[in-house]
Amino acid sequence: MKVIGSLTIAIRSLLANKLRSSLTMLGIIIGVGSVITLVSMGRGADATITSAYEDLGHNLLQVMPRNPEMKGGFSLSPAYAVPTLTMDDVRALERVRHVETLAPINENFITITVGGESKGGLLHGATPEYNDVMNYTLASGRFITDRNVAGRDMVVVLGSKVATDLFDAEDPVGQQIKLKKQRFTVVGTLESKGGAMFGVSFDDVVIVPITTYQTRLFPQQTATGKDAVASISVQITSTELTDEVTDEIETILRRHHRLTGDDKNDFAVVSPEQVMEIVGQITLILSGFLGLIAGISLLVGSIGIMNIMLVSVTERTREIGIRKAVGAKRRDILLQFLLEAMALTFVGGGIGVASGISLSFLLSQLDLGGFKLAAVVSPDIVVLSFSVSIFIGLASGMYPAWRASRLNPIDALHYE
Amino acid sequence: MIELENITKIYRMGKMRVNALMGITINIQPGEMVALIGASGSGKSTLMNILGFLDKPTVGKYTLEGVDASRLNDNKLAVLRNKKIGFVFQSFNLLPRTSAVSNVELPLIYGGGRQRRQRALAALERVGLTERSNHKPTELSGGEQQRVAIARALVNNPTLILADEPTGNLDSATTAEIIAIFGQLNREGITVVLVTHEIDIANQTQRIIRLLDGKIASDEKVT
Repeated sequence: MKVIGSLTIAIRSLLANKLRSSLTMLGIIIGVGSVITLVSMGRGADATITSAYEDLGHNLLQVMPRNPEMKGGFSLSPAYAVPTLTMDDVRALERVRHVETLAPINENFITITVGGESKGGLLHGATPEYNDVMNYTLASGRFITDRNVAGRDMVVVLGSKVATDLFDAEDPVGQQIKLKKQRFTVVGTLESKGGAMFGVSFDDVVIVPITTYQTRLFPQQTATGKDAVASISVQITSTELTDEVTDEIETILRRHHRLTGDDKNDFAVVSPEQVMEIVGQITLILSGFLGLIAGISLLVGSIGIMNIMLVSVTERTREIGIRKAVGAKRRDILLQFLLEAMALTFVGGGIGVASGISLSFLLSQLDLGGFKLAAVVSPDIVVLSFSVSIFIGLASGMYPAWRASRLNPIDALHYE
Repeated sequence: MIELENITKIYRMGKMRVNALMGITINIQPGEMVALIGASGSGKSTLMNILGFLDKPTVGKYTLEGVDASRLNDNKLAVLRNKKIGFVFQSFNLLPRTSAVSNVELPLIYGGGRQRRQRALAALERVGLTERSNHKPTELSGGEQQRVAIARALVNNPTLILADEPTGNLDSATTAEIIAIFGQLNREGITVVLVTHEIDIANQTQRIIRLLDGKIASDEKVT
């Protein structure tokens, strides 16, 4: 018998048993779809975290306060830091060679109020150098000036989301906002930059002069009674000079902080490589976790497919007996079940791929409090889940058919 | 037409050996209509299955139309089941959720050939079931299902029709109709062997072979 005949039989059989066919396909759809969705969402999380750090720039060193009692290098968590840096340190560091920009930045969460409306944002106390480091573009007005810093002026630059949320289409420049019940005049607004870190959008930022931050908003003193600086971003001329510049910063700050001999540093110089190393560890854990999820869901999906194929083909042993009794050869039976299993697994697998990709896309649209988790659907997982499901589907569909086709017709007919 | 020589069938059930058939030797001529009778367990169904190549004898030689079947492989036996023999079961054995005409068409798909649908409809007409051709087995009465099964047995113009208690699940009126169809087919030249335990039905054939405990107890012409 020709393939056309087997195809006719296979298609007739699938159509005659719509419920069985759809249930089998559903098993495959869920198997393939869930693997693709889970892995894509996980990879999205991974990519979001990595890119947030990569945005920081590779020629940027961070000088941060460090508790000298603490073991280890440094921590990203401010809770472990005691204030040790000051604006004097910033001025002292101006002597370091190969430095393009020095930008002290203080940071805290804050509520911004205009009239009766308020919203949360990220407050940065900064100097004019801030913008060279953070790479924002002005949308209107101007940035913080040296004069603002010297005068502890009550001026503020708004991030694009803050501006649109509080002023709609109106230009906020010249308007007043309140931070901690104090009036600030808006002098400029920023273009949208996109991106987020730890759930806070980069466009939810408000920037005031660092001196204003230190004296009027979040005063904090070092042990010597000076206004504290939370971090100093150091932009260097070339990434190859990282080690040299780091050494020089350490020498100058140690002298400036009067640290001698065995005294431990009360600050840390963190290179992007070190940050990426820590981020790398985080994403490695995440990736391992993801691999586990993918493996488990692929296993569960495969068992589901295997289960439904084994059951639906085994219960058709009698049908195989009927077919053999009227003259079907073994290869006719095998070809029919192969074609049926192929049709089910390919169509089911295809729908599974489509629904996995669509679901990942839909989940990417969800607003998770200010930022979105963009799923990363990569071809490898699509190909892997599709081919594993098809292999499992064909193998577990063919095995009982192969077994039944070897029986005497009468034994297949009497199969219970 | 059919020559059986010392056909023996032994089943192994665990350590038990069941002798279902012990040295059956029969000759059936072309155009004969034969009834196989005997109590249940006498081996008549086993013999039918061997005659229809649904099962293989443990020992013995089966020659169909001069061809020694014991030398044939599975594919050749499938061709014999398809072209030479029409088998009718007590429990009909139709494909569920499949229309009558598609069921009848099945042997033609495996046997090849053209105009399958027309030939299937023609076979249904021979058993008087033209109007019900698109009904599924569940929508048909027992008698109608058995007619579909007979049409399926007929569709490839076999020389031999084997019927294993074809009326076992039917009422007496329907039984008479089905037996009449077999009589008609036999008059058209097809050799018919049917298993029954009803002596009334056996008496409508030309020859009665009685089995007892896997052996032939009697073999006589109906007068």
